[in-house]
Amino acid sequence: MHLTPDIGIWIGGLLTLGIFSFLYGDNPYYKFCEALFIGVSAGHWFVTLFWTVFVAKMIRNVEIGLNTFITQGFSAGMADYMHWSYIFGGILGFLMLLRLFPKIGWISRWSLAFVVGTTSGYYFITYLVSNGLRQIQRTILPLYVHGDFYTTIGNLIIIVGTFCGLTYFFFSKEHKGTFGGLARLGIWFLMITFGASFGYTVMSRMSLLIGRMDYIFGTWLGMLG
Amino acid sequence: MRRQLPIIIVFVSGAFMAIQYFIPHDAGVFFYEYGLDWIIVIGIFAMLLGIWSLFKVQLDKVVKRSPGWGYSVVALGGLFFMLIGGPLWGIEEGTPFMQVFWYIYTPIQATMFSLLAFYIASAAYRAFRARTVLATILLLTAMVIMLRLIPLGPISGSNQKLATWILMVPSMAANRAILIGIGLGIVATCLKIILGIERAYMGHD
Repeated sequence: MHLTPDIGIWIGGLLTLGIFSFLYGDNPYYKFCEALFIGVSAGHWFVTLFWTVFVAKMIRNVEIGLNTFITQGFSAGMADYMHWSYIFGGILGFLMLLRLFPKIGWISRWSLAFVVGTTSGYYFITYLVSNGLRQIQRTILPLYVHGDFYTTIGNLIIIVGTFCGLTYFFFSKEHKGTFGGLARLGIWFLMITFGASFGYTVMSRMSLLIGRMDYIFGTWLGMLG
Repeated sequence: MRRQLPIIIVFVSGAFMAIQYFIPHDAGVFFYEYGLDWIIVIGIFAMLLGIWSLFKVQLDKVVKRSPGWGYSVVALGGLFFMLIGGPLWGIEEGTPFMQVFWYIYTPIQATMFSLLAFYIASAAYRAFRARTVLATILLLTAMVIMLRLIPLGPISGSNQKLATWILMVPSMAANRAILIGIGLGIVATCLKIILGIERAYMGHD
């Protein structure tokens, strides 16, 4: 057993034990770690995004626009002036902060409306293509592949499974008779998917748990070789 | 101005974003590229609102000496250390800002996620009591997937083939049904928002 002299590892180890203490029940040790995590994560992500997004995107682009204007005046190309457009994003962002002032808080809806509208327009097309059309296109498979029995069976199962799965999600008609039978078959397929997802989740969480155990017994306490 | 203008903004920006996909024009490309970046910039300001809200809630607890106010002091301490430490020391590797990330943030986050392994064990016990055909299907599929990466001697190869087949055929079929369902749901919701039918994002006056 070789305890690490690294104070950072000690802190990490003690915090790991603090979070694990929740398995016994809610307690002050866990709550301390939780509160620390809330504060640190909020601060960390704000500062990181400020430097990597706000400064790197907005400030940098406005700076480029300003330099272009100083060096080339109005003779620069249209694309060079587009860097200025980030100011528009900044203004919309600033309007968002007006939410803090109840009397003029409604102005923040303008920026929210821009975000909601643009995102809706973007998702409308991307989801229609990726989740709708492309999935349907990939389900339109040959029902018979000459000389390849397994592919034929696989294609049939995919077509039937997708159709029955969709039938299950169709709630405008009561699940009775043939329609109900197809929906029930759809549940079987869905259970296979949920089983696979469950298996994956268990594996990933176990992997994380092994990682934490390795941290405590290996990195911190030096008990593993 | 309060309710009509946001609806117009949503319609114009949403319709333009959707239509630009079909009309390859510089204006469309410009709006697509820059519009998405503007949203990210707006997001930073929105995050500032979140930080303010967190600060206010925690500070209120401390000022009013509400139950557990000591934890709010810890949260505020962590928040201010990062907010001040980031600009003060920078966010490069080796700075106190990143040391807090590696020695405080990462262990806590990883442990929180790993906690689920314990709860998933009890959930598995309840789900895997193969009392119905559906539960048995779930159990068998999960077992095959979980044992996929574990050496099982002579049956390892067969198990891997079976797991791959499950993932590529029946699981894929149901996944497609789920994806198509999600896609249609999102498309319908987006359309409702763009056309001004869905206005929940505006909240109440």
